[in-house]
Amino acid sequence: MTMTTNPQLDVDRIIDDRRIRIIVCCGSGGVGKTTTAAAIGLRAAERGRQVCVLTVDPARRLAQSMGLSSLDNTPRLVEGIDDEAGGSLHAMMLDMKRTFDEIVEAHSDPTRAAQILANPFYQSLSSSFAGTQEYMAMEKLGQLRRSDEWDLIVVDTPPSRSALDFLDAPERLGRFLDGRLIRLLTSPVKAGRPFGRMLNAGFSMMTGAMTKVLGGQLLRDAQTFVTAFDTMFGGFRERADATYKLLQAPGTSFLVVATPEPDALREASYFVERLAEERMPLAGLLLNRVHSAGSCRLSAARSLGAAETLETMISNGPLATDSATHDTVAAQTVSAAALRLHASRMNLGERERRVAGSFMSAHPAVPVVEVPALPDDVHDLAGLRRVGETFAVQR
Amino acid sequence: MTARDTDWDGVRLHVVTGKGGTGKTTVAAALALALAHAGRKVLLIEAEGRQGIARLFDRPPLPYAERKIAIGPGEADDGRDAGGDVYALAIDPEGALLDYLQMFYNLRGVGNALNKLGMVDFATTIAPGLSDVLVTGKATEATRRRQAGSPSGFAYDAVVLDAPPTGRIGRFLNVTAEVSGLAKVGPVRAHADSVANVIKSPQTAVHFVSTLEEMPVQETLDGIAEIRSIPGMQVGGIVINMAQPAMLSREELKAPPDLAAMAAALTEAGLHSTDALASELADELAGHARHIELADRERTDIEAAGQPVYELTLIPEGIDLAALHRLAAELRDQGAA
Repeated sequence: MTMTTNPQLDVDRIIDDRRIRIIVCCGSGGVGKTTTAAAIGLRAAERGRQVCVLTVDPARRLAQSMGLSSLDNTPRLVEGIDDEAGGSLHAMMLDMKRTFDEIVEAHSDPTRAAQILANPFYQSLSSSFAGTQEYMAMEKLGQLRRSDEWDLIVVDTPPSRSALDFLDAPERLGRFLDGRLIRLLTSPVKAGRPFGRMLNAGFSMMTGAMTKVLGGQLLRDAQTFVTAFDTMFGGFRERADATYKLLQAPGTSFLVVATPEPDALREASYFVERLAEERMPLAGLLLNRVHSAGSCRLSAARSLGAAETLETMISNGPLATDSATHDTVAAQTVSAAALRLHASRMNLGERERRVAGSFMSAHPAVPVVEVPALPDDVHDLAGLRRVGETFAVQR
Repeated sequence: MTARDTDWDGVRLHVVTGKGGTGKTTVAAALALALAHAGRKVLLIEAEGRQGIARLFDRPPLPYAERKIAIGPGEADDGRDAGGDVYALAIDPEGALLDYLQMFYNLRGVGNALNKLGMVDFATTIAPGLSDVLVTGKATEATRRRQAGSPSGFAYDAVVLDAPPTGRIGRFLNVTAEVSGLAKVGPVRAHADSVANVIKSPQTAVHFVSTLEEMPVQETLDGIAEIRSIPGMQVGGIVINMAQPAMLSREELKAPPDLAAMAAALTEAGLHSTDALASELADELAGHARHIELADRERTDIEAAGQPVYELTLIPEGIDLAALHRLAAELRDQGAA
């Protein structure tokens, strides 16, 4: 049963399309992005593709479900998949500091690299800057794609404050590294100032203010870092631009994941609009954890009415002195409870349809696939496979 | 004033965290309402700029300013109690930075110039940890703020912070550690230390919101271990959110229902085709029994953490102001506020 007239999202068609080389799963926190990415990866591998799943979420259970005790910065082969179709599955978890370090090492001579790696400002930037994870995820994605070892990379986006941070972080870091602030920070330690006297006065006022606010030591660390890093800026900017272009290319497919909750769908809406703005290829919306009405079509109102009738019978009926009466009352009690449960399920389904409906009417062209809520969490490949099966269009 | 004891009587800053999707913002709002009784004044702070609080209270987006958004419940058994006030503040790191410049350096005027230079960008998004220090700084400033004439001497009797999700909470709160690599001395360090003085004190408790599902419970337990490992920090309560009530007793749920007797009962209730209906309903009931069994297992794990546990019932219609008041009452009844 589907709740809309939006086109059906055919996940298998995307998986089977050999021209698609990257699938990006995005959406707000707690909607099941990471599990979705892993399930898609497994399904694609078992349908014959050479897949690498790149995750940024250190969920131990997910690693375990793929038979890996832990995930690290190198793609690891996942054993035990069905490889009859000739596919394979690798999985890795992003280590942002290691990835950043590797870029530094690749782009500067050993002395300068050592200098940068030892700088306190760099150490903080590479391990805890809120945008570094997003930037490094993009960087890693670019590396994996360029290596051409896999014909499909499935990536889930970092658990950002907002799903959009993923797209903005590289630009922001790039802006910072190219920006006037950098020039301001570096100017006191560079020989000769390119500024006129008036500007100079303005700048020293600003540097004074910054020293006051940030403190001299922090400012000096930042300056040293920026100076050492100077030669790498161009390369950084280029890489960020290249990865961004990669995301706009036809070989990439964005899959927005959401649950039928107002907040999750609001984020999904922003994302869909943003992708259109950036001309990034949207595959569609995977609506996760939908409570389907099941086969029972009895309405919530009739169900509640019948439950009340039974409850009145129970409270007005004879005391259960013999076993026959006892059994009748027991059956009435169970039936009333089951009817109330059914009514609440129908109401929940109705609410989800309403919430999802407003997304659909705002984005009528976005393909959608609904994935039913599963009672259990995923513990192994079989569980992941079952999740993947729910993505398939019922034909 | 009420003399009723609550579990968190000495706490003035309530930090609320939880995995994405567990209803952290809803619980923070309900807790603020629950605390705003007996004329008490409570500030509810949103740290992540999603404007979730404005939506919950059905208000236009909140500015960077403390605004009254709700009135707490009065107490029926105390005629003098007219309820308290909930104020709300949506903190964005930029506003907090300008605030900080103004408060400590009287430098608000340079804000624009700094912005043009990318300085604001730098401080709020690039410089590691600075943005967290600014946000926690604003929350602790509001917690410490004095007001002449108020009964407690403080501007707010309690502050509730809707904090980042569980995965980031340790780093967010452990500000001294976060900036220590960056600033060993100097104003940033001094600011971080003054923030830490509030956060790492018995005045502050970190509450965790979880649903009764495996991953959120695991994250909650990991988050609790992380907070416990930071000296001076206090883990608060665990709020189980969106708990589905069991429709029958655990024994009744275990027993397979007698389909024929169910069909007979459904016929009595005036329904048709009751044989098919009985088996469909029995299937749904079996699914429910399985769900309750799994939830019970997760609840046992949560209780084993040894913190006070509060349970909020699922509100299937979604959260509006009336629902928030219901949740606030549940928190009050269970001693959380």
